[in-house]
Amino acid sequence: MALPENPNLIELPEIPDPGPDEILGPGHNYATVTDRIAGVVFSPWSRWPGKWWIGAIIAFGFVNLLMLAMYVLFFRGIGVWGVNIPIGWGFAIINFVWWIGIGHAGTLISAILFLLRQDWRTSINRFSEAMTLFAVACAGMFPILHLGRPWLAYWLFPYPNSMWLWPQPRSPLEWDVFAVSTYGTVSLVFWYIGLIPDLASLRDTAPHPWQQKIYGILSLGWRGSAVHWSRYQKAYLLLAGLSTPLVLSVHTIVSFDFAISIIPGWHTTIFPPYFVAGAIYSGFAMVLTLIIPLRSWYNMRDLITLRHIDAASKFMLGTGLIVAYGYAMEAFFAWYSGDKYESFMYWNRMTGPYAVTYWLLILCNITLPQALWSRRVRHNIGLVWVISLIVNVGMWLERFEIVVTSLTRDFVPSSWGTYIPTKWDWATYTGTLGFFMLLIFLFVRMLPSISIFEVREVVHHQSHPKATLAEKQR
Amino acid sequence: MKQSLIPLESLLEAPKKDAPDLQAIREKLASGRGPAFWRTLDEAAETKELQEYVEQEFPGLSGQIPQGVDRRSLLKVMAASLAMAGAAACTKLPKETIVPYVRQPENLIPGLPLFYATAMTSGGYARGVLVESHLNRPTKVEGNPDHPASLGSTTIFEQASVLNLYDPDRSETALHEGEISNWATFTGAFSTEAQDIAARKGEGLAILTGQTTSPTLIYQMTTLQSQYPGAKWYIHEPGVNPAISGAAKKIAGKNAFVAYDFSQADVVVSLDSDFLNNGPAALAYARQFSKKRSVDNGNTPVRLYAIESTPTVSGSIADHRFPVKSSAIPSIAYQLAKACGVNAPDSGAASPVWLNAVAQDLQNSKGQCIVVAGEYQPESVHLAAWAINSALGNVGKTVRLLEGVEADNTHGIEELTGDLNAGKVEVLVILDSNPVYSAPGALNFVSAIRKARLVVRLGQFFDETSRYSHWHVPAAHSLETWSDARAFDGTTTIIQPLIAPLYENKSAHELLSILMAKPDQSAHDIVKGYWQSQLKGGDFDTIWKTSLHDGWIAGKTVNTINAGGTVALPNLQPAIADLEVVFRPDPTIGDGSWANNGWLQELPKPQSKMTWDNTVAISPKDAQRMNVTIGDMLKVIVNGQSATGPAWILPGHAENSVTVYLGYGRTASGKVGTGIGYDAYPIQQVNTPWNAPGTISKTGEHYRLANVQETQTMAGREPVRATDLVEYRKTPNFPTAEEPPLDKATTLYPPWPYEGYKWGMTIDLNVCTGCSACIIACQAENNIAVVGKDQVARGRHMHWIRVDRYYAGNDIDNPEIYNQPVPCMHCEDAPCEVVCPVAATVHSNEGLNEMVYNRCVGTRYCSNNCPYKVRRFNFYLYSDWNTESLRGMRNPDVTVRSRGVMEKCSYCIQRIQESKIQTEKEGRSIRDGEVVTACQQVCPTQAITFGNLNDKGSAVARKQALPRNYGLLDDLNTRPRTTYLGFVRNSNEALSGSTRKS
Repeated sequence: MALPENPNLIELPEIPDPGPDEILGPGHNYATVTDRIAGVVFSPWSRWPGKWWIGAIIAFGFVNLLMLAMYVLFFRGIGVWGVNIPIGWGFAIINFVWWIGIGHAGTLISAILFLLRQDWRTSINRFSEAMTLFAVACAGMFPILHLGRPWLAYWLFPYPNSMWLWPQPRSPLEWDVFAVSTYGTVSLVFWYIGLIPDLASLRDTAPHPWQQKIYGILSLGWRGSAVHWSRYQKAYLLLAGLSTPLVLSVHTIVSFDFAISIIPGWHTTIFPPYFVAGAIYSGFAMVLTLIIPLRSWYNMRDLITLRHIDAASKFMLGTGLIVAYGYAMEAFFAWYSGDKYESFMYWNRMTGPYAVTYWLLILCNITLPQALWSRRVRHNIGLVWVISLIVNVGMWLERFEIVVTSLTRDFVPSSWGTYIPTKWDWATYTGTLGFFMLLIFLFVRMLPSISIFEVREVVHHQSHPKATLAEKQR
Repeated sequence: MKQSLIPLESLLEAPKKDAPDLQAIREKLASGRGPAFWRTLDEAAETKELQEYVEQEFPGLSGQIPQGVDRRSLLKVMAASLAMAGAAACTKLPKETIVPYVRQPENLIPGLPLFYATAMTSGGYARGVLVESHLNRPTKVEGNPDHPASLGSTTIFEQASVLNLYDPDRSETALHEGEISNWATFTGAFSTEAQDIAARKGEGLAILTGQTTSPTLIYQMTTLQSQYPGAKWYIHEPGVNPAISGAAKKIAGKNAFVAYDFSQADVVVSLDSDFLNNGPAALAYARQFSKKRSVDNGNTPVRLYAIESTPTVSGSIADHRFPVKSSAIPSIAYQLAKACGVNAPDSGAASPVWLNAVAQDLQNSKGQCIVVAGEYQPESVHLAAWAINSALGNVGKTVRLLEGVEADNTHGIEELTGDLNAGKVEVLVILDSNPVYSAPGALNFVSAIRKARLVVRLGQFFDETSRYSHWHVPAAHSLETWSDARAFDGTTTIIQPLIAPLYENKSAHELLSILMAKPDQSAHDIVKGYWQSQLKGGDFDTIWKTSLHDGWIAGKTVNTINAGGTVALPNLQPAIADLEVVFRPDPTIGDGSWANNGWLQELPKPQSKMTWDNTVAISPKDAQRMNVTIGDMLKVIVNGQSATGPAWILPGHAENSVTVYLGYGRTASGKVGTGIGYDAYPIQQVNTPWNAPGTISKTGEHYRLANVQETQTMAGREPVRATDLVEYRKTPNFPTAEEPPLDKATTLYPPWPYEGYKWGMTIDLNVCTGCSACIIACQAENNIAVVGKDQVARGRHMHWIRVDRYYAGNDIDNPEIYNQPVPCMHCEDAPCEVVCPVAATVHSNEGLNEMVYNRCVGTRYCSNNCPYKVRRFNFYLYSDWNTESLRGMRNPDVTVRSRGVMEKCSYCIQRIQESKIQTEKEGRSIRDGEVVTACQQVCPTQAITFGNLNDKGSAVARKQALPRNYGLLDDLNTRPRTTYLGFVRNSNEALSGSTRKS
């Protein structure tokens, strides 16, 4: 069945999923790919699905809540949150780590899977990269918001000043500044470079002159010449190489925020690998949470197929097992070390005032995702979507467990405390969720959420099955 | 409601329109919703009537103003404002010509504080203090080392009194029937009244004061009474038990004081006494006791038995503590007396099992033991204690009877109430006392006071009593005026002012002087005049100046009375069989007079570690029986009257007994103290004010208490390390015997060479009583903010030094109690320093862990990583930057912190710097003991030692070399500079069944 060229996407009949073995539905040629993906961007306002409007408006409402929460925070002080002494870090750091973790999937998919020549990445890499950027944007807010004097946040950067004062390089928070800002910058550049050929496609297919102008400027004069492509491939490969270590380094350094300290529950050598695995785990969960509705709303089941969902589920399963190993080792060493603080800490996690969060986290992160071993579960889109949501919650609980429960009861019993988040904690958290969702909503409307040229490469590759893309590049 | 608030009949009758709802206005203003400036109560209430009135008087005005202003009016208003601003700024200055310094006054060097010796009184008795003054602003109170009732220390109250001086809620002008008036008007009116009184020979004149030892005041009152024989002097001191002086009077036959000498005592038995923390000589006792408790010199330390109902500061460091109902103490005292050979009437109760062992211990230390009678026990206990001390030969050795210095021939509040009700009092002059609030409820003083034709009140605040007074005159703080006072041993101090009264404040001397037809005399003239007449022989000016300089007048101590005869012990009432309700002044705000002091409100109560509220303390057994948890509201009913307060389960409290704390539930204390806690005075009885039979019941409501320590036990860790004396002699290094501290070389880096000073601190847990004076001293020295109940409940209190209280042992009904002051440890390998991204907390080359406020961005990572959790964070702008009067109070050498920065103990770096500057000028190094931290200076038991660890001869270096020295959490290799000396309990082996062992 050949698809009609230049279809009106919204009115297309339900396009079936080609199944777990295909990364692309049948009947596509270069033009249909472009039309299908660009069609989402160029469909008139009136044809935008109602779900988009509802979602975007709700998300916008939460952005306003975020603004209000930030205003209250800046005006009154950090005391509006539930943090105290001994629990100096609360929701802000939990959310920071959570968002940064989510931000890991994009680069992993784009860079590492690119280097590993996983062709199934093509239809989800653009979207995941965008998700990464937005998650990093949300994450980046928190370290600034959580400062006692946020207006002095720039002191964390090494800028020349008349005081001759530099940041203190031994602090992991300082490493964080560099890790996160580097990651954010590289992710942005990588994403943008990847967008250039598609921006040119949009320029060429845009129905209105103003759209042509905007996409024209953004596409930086891309003409699609062989020289362009040759240089482009090199640049993309180099950036992929540059991004790859970052995937591992960012969350390693974020984990140092805890591992470098002496607090029981934080001071753990297993943190770097376990944090990275957890990050990828939550990243894939968020990708699944987002692409499953996306492909359904925009009839892209033939572009984002069961194969993608299956692969992402397997990634979740694998990284989830690493995370489970991390938990097991934490518990084991709490016992094996014989350290009274460490063993008390773990016992307190399991039986203390926050025990509910611990057991919920075990349920969400370890127990329930084991269902993904089953092929039937992996191929049940609805179930995968629910599991991805559960993993998102579980990973958030994990950070709550690490950040808060460890701080509530550390060394001196007299100074143990309780942490209760306030309404402004929740407002800030849900506000960033709204911010993230609004950016996603805007992104799918304004930019090609699936890489057009890479899917066209897949089309090309499928029409010449013997010469694979990878072979040609070699 | 309205009527009970303002009883003045004129006020009630005068208004034709509806009287403004005063309660509503009060609440409105207190909540901050009302207008910031208001001239009349109507305006404050923002009533319709006022708007109508304005409309009638100035047609068009009320509509014009809110609609904006035209240019001409704006300029007019601005010109007027400028003129007014100039005028307003001048109102505080006298009209005399101002002359600038041409020559700087001697000794006054801006930036260098001066110290003046004066005294503060507690229950009328003096405690000598040295007050630090920065450019004539008193900022900090220290004990006067030369004064026998201070010895250089103070209690929490002297420390906190500076805040009272600068309290923005203090009354500023005289008020006549609620209308603003002034001293001159009052003087005129009162002089006229005085003439009438003189004509009546004082008939119908009643003067009510607190307890006093002031020679000038006593002289003034004596003179007044000789001039006006009809005048009567009443004394109301709600926190003091008159039985103490009553018993002493019976023993001596005249005004007397029973004084102890703990420096010679081997065995001390406390009969419900908090002698280390309460009473005129508490600081002296604490010092003597702590010296005697030392174990390091090989001596056998003093053994303390505490027999008490409510756990007290003294009881917390007892070697054996026996919880006994307060009402059962008299019979125990009698049994003890019998066992010690005193002919005491039969108490009719069975003796407790431990009694004989205690009596035997006393018998074994004849002449070297003390039985201390409780401050709130009846005369019988005081007499029995005296009889035991006599029988054991302690009198003349460890116990002395001193001539009394209190005012004599005075009457009590019960008598005043009777006289008022009988219509015998026409003019009532109340000096400082607040009987409307603090008289026992059974007296119904409120109805009595209305019977007086004229009530004149001298008070620092417009409080409950002032509301019922026709004239209210603002009283001067003791740092603002001249007076005098005597210590328990007669040492007399001239109270000299450090600052002119901030407002139109007057002293009791000046007010009394009006009555004696000398309205123009200043307090200075009165006090100096009196002493001029007393100190004859020698050059008065020299004596005067020396006395002012030293803080005491030479040769004024009293003599010891040689009491010969034995005192017959009265027959006893049986102990309260059912539930007894024990009344005690609150541990931090006393009888309620300190209720408006934020420092004291936020000071954790020594036992419960609870702030901003009073509780009903209940034993764990009673709580279990009644199914009560902490914070459950309990209704306490005594003699038909009830008070309702939140429960606090207090381990170590006697069973079948609850303690209610006086001092809370104030209705007119000021912005801080009004409306918090519950008022226990209404259920206090007249004849048995300190314990009474009662009942308690749960109301079913729950109340949120702000507690600074959630976990009460050591949770299997050993922050406090304790042992028994026998064990200590076997293993003197018991704190580190099981787990030796890590080798100092457990690091890859070479140790930092400290070439100059290397500061360190040691805290002796064996003598810390947990009195918490260090917390308040630190607060006053370091400008530490008060955060309020809500923030404390959220875990955000700001104290740089805290006193942790741990319960240990197997018996929740009578646990071991340990106190542990925790300031910053100034770790050698400080975990906080490495994690700060902006280098806001750094190590100095003298070993201090320094906090750079203006570099701090507030990541709070340092606090997270501090294993001791001594860091405090300004979650909001906690320091009051706006209230004008509080600015004068601040220590100019310490930064007032702003929002969003971390702070913590600095080892009083400003004091170190001051000494360094001084010694560098003199070309020498700082001597041991020259730099004293605020907590160290105030400590009544000298538990805290600070100094240079590089100086091997320094006190701190010697203490850190002691075997019982250990570092808190030293297994973390933080290498703390603040170390602790382990607790050693001198248990009696005969009581091994109830001996506490750790």
